[in-house]
Order: sequence, then C-alpha cells, then structure tokens
Amino acid sequence: MPTRPGAIPPVRLARQSGRVIFRAQQRMQDSRAASSERQRQSVGWEADRALLVRLRAGDEAAFAQLVRENTGRMLAAARRILRSDEEARDIVQEAFLLGFRRLAGFKGEARLSSWLHRIAINASLMRLRARRCRPEVAIEDLLPRFHEDGHRVDPGPAWSPSALAMLESDETRALVREKIELLPEDYRNVLLLRDIQDLDTEETATMLGITPGAAKVRLHRARQALRGLLDPYFSPAEE
Amino acid sequence: MPRNLTCRELIEFLMDYLEGALSAAERESFDAHLAICPDCVNYVAAYRSTVQAGRAAFTDPDAPTPEDVPEDLIAAILDARRRG
Repeated sequence: MPTRPGAIPPVRLARQSGRVIFRAQQRMQDSRAASSERQRQSVGWEADRALLVRLRAGDEAAFAQLVRENTGRMLAAARRILRSDEEARDIVQEAFLLGFRRLAGFKGEARLSSWLHRIAINASLMRLRARRCRPEVAIEDLLPRFHEDGHRVDPGPAWSPSALAMLESDETRALVREKIELLPEDYRNVLLLRDIQDLDTEETATMLGITPGAAKVRLHRARQALRGLLDPYFSPAEE
Repeated sequence: MPRNLTCRELIEFLMDYLEGALSAAERESFDAHLAICPDCVNYVAAYRSTVQAGRAAFTDPDAPTPEDVPEDLIAAILDARRRG
C-alpha cells in the first residue's frame, strides 16, 4: 500500500497503537483495581459503623463477632512480642476488656480491627517492660564511631557468609532475641513494631506517640546497635 | 547529600538507601562510595543481615497463625465481659 511522505509506516503504527492500547488497558485495570480496593475499604468502614452501633447497644452477638474476627491476629501479634502462649492469651483478653470499656469513647478514626490490634500490641510492650530484668545498654555505646574525617573507627571484619544460615538454629535465634532485649526500650519497641510486627512508619509512630521522623531515626539506630551487638557472633572468628 | 560521601554520611543515609528513598543523584554518590570502600560494603551487608536476623529470631513455624481461632480463649473473653 503506498504511503504518503512523512506518514508512519503501517508496522510501526500498529506497534505504536498496540502500545497505546496496552497502556490504556493497563490504566483501566489499575483504575478498576483501585476502585475495587476503595469499594472494599468503604464496605469495611460501613460494616464497622454498623457493628459499633450494635456493640454500644450491648448486643451479645456483636461482641462474639468482634472477638471471633480479631482474636487470632491479636494473639499472633502478642505472641511474637512475648514469646509465650500463656502471656499472649492473657494480653489478648486484657486488650479486649480494655477495648470494651473504651468503646463509648471510640471515635471511629481507625478500623475497629486496627484499634484493637494497637491495644494488644501496646499491652504486650507494657508486659515486656514489666518483665524486663536485664540492664539496658546505652545506645551511644552501640553505634559505630567515626574519626574526624568521617572514617569509621575500628570497622572490624565482615560478617561470615554463613551468618544467615546460622539463624536456622534455635540457639542463634535465642541469642538474637537476647541482644534485642538489651536495646534501650525506646529503640527496642520501634524495632519490634517495624521489623518484627511489620507495621509501617506512620503506624509505629502513632502507636508510640512520636513523629514518623523520630520513628525512622530510632529504627536506624536500633538496627545499627543490634548489628554491633551481633558482630562478635557473626564474624568469621566465632564460627 | 554531598557528592563525595564519607563513611559516616553513608551510614547516616543507609536506611533511606535500602528503602529506595534516595534520589538518583544521591544513590549514585552512595554507589560511588561503596565502589571504593570495602568497610562500608561489609557494613551494608551486616546491616541487611541484622534486619533479617531480627525477623528470623521472632519467626516461629509452630506458632499459631492469625487464622487460628482459639475457641476456648474466645469463650473466656466473652465470659469475662459478661461478668464485667
């Protein structure tokens, strides 16, 4: 087929229009996914509002639903922090009873599930604090030190390539937990929430009553301090 | 972030680097420092391993999952509520 000068050859045109169609399809799919997520969230919020009305009216079935839907997740979170089934069960019960008492003042700014989850995590952190018997180590003593020119003082050896494989042993994992316990509480809590509970920076900051910036700084320092504490065990001389 | 990073600056921005929060130019400065500083390469590797070690230390394959619903605990919670 003859083409006029300057016109785009048919094959290229087809490729271009293929790309345009692909991009348009992609945009449509993304938009559908976003819209379905918004719809799902909106249904969740509406369900929460309806459940809250029933809870405040003292509806037994509503309490049973709330407890049934949230116990598993709260128990798993508490157990991860406390490492004890018995204590985690206590904490979950305590968190629910506290939540029930606070229902009248619940403003609905968060989903009921997130709100209860936060209460359980806070209660777990409080229990951890009460249980603590080891002295904390000053964070400054655990951070890397630098010369005036910005080079590290005593960089030390690289970690063994088998450091991660060593984590398969129960003993090594217990050692890591023991070292995390040595971190000052403010730093340990951020590490537990961000790296162990997988909360994001905003959620962590809200839970601890600090700014997201402070949460980021504390997490970075906590990881550096933990790295320092683990250094002697994961460097090749210790293998 | 300065163009020629020191080890102190690299460690200061390490978390942002690992989270992909640095600009392309900042990342370039970071990578340029790593290309000439084996101590920092080791530090970055150990930092990454520390995060993984923390996660592994609290991972327990035998622990109940959030999908597990302990009926006895649910009954105890609802009973405690009724008793006030």
